[in-house]
Amino acid sequence: MAGAIKAVVGAGTIREGRVKLDLPPLVENGNVVPLTVSVESPMTPADHVKAIHVFNEKNPQPHVFSARLGPRNGKAVIATRIKLADSQKIVAIAETSSGEFWSASADVIVTLAACVEDVT
Amino acid sequence: MTNVLINAPKTAKPGEIVEIKALILHPMETGFRPGTNGRIIPRNIIERFTATWNGAEIFRMEMSPAIAANPFVSFFAVATESGTIGLRWTGDQGFLAEEHVAITVG
Repeated sequence: MAGAIKAVVGAGTIREGRVKLDLPPLVENGNVVPLTVSVESPMTPADHVKAIHVFNEKNPQPHVFSARLGPRNGKAVIATRIKLADSQKIVAIAETSSGEFWSASADVIVTLAACVEDVT
Repeated sequence: MTNVLINAPKTAKPGEIVEIKALILHPMETGFRPGTNGRIIPRNIIERFTATWNGAEIFRMEMSPAIAANPFVSFFAVATESGTIGLRWTGDQGFLAEEHVAITVG
């Protein structure tokens, strides 16, 4: 996960705050985990969130998604559903138009892990 | 044929921030799971989701195998002018789906 974050952030520094990561703390089924990322931002052409990246710690690959936004979005809020292979930490990073990086993280406990075997 | 469910308002006031929700039927096979014959099932995911408003891109999302099956995405957009919202999903094995919804602003 650290390597994947480094690839996105580069030499920039990541600060905690401004980002809110909403995830249930206890998940019964890791195949479908609702996730909402919201970032405090006026979303004007001068000051907006350019991108939101979400990473995980223990899935086979560290990436979850990378979204590109702009002032046309009005609100920097994204909701989706993800898969989690284990209890782990999720990190969301927002990149602003001024080149700042803000982050939030959440710990999730998963009782039934996603997609280890084919159940069909 | 693909099944797509889109939830977006039909009308909006100018400048209003509207929520657009999109759900598409897709297995999002990760490429890490062995099938019943013991072999790994090849990866088959949607890699990219893009949204346009009257042809101009407003939102884009790169997906990974960690997105749940039947990907659901919700995002917001400022209602600028009447027209169509275009949603497009592309992915592995030549997957392509496109849907349009009309919105009246005024």
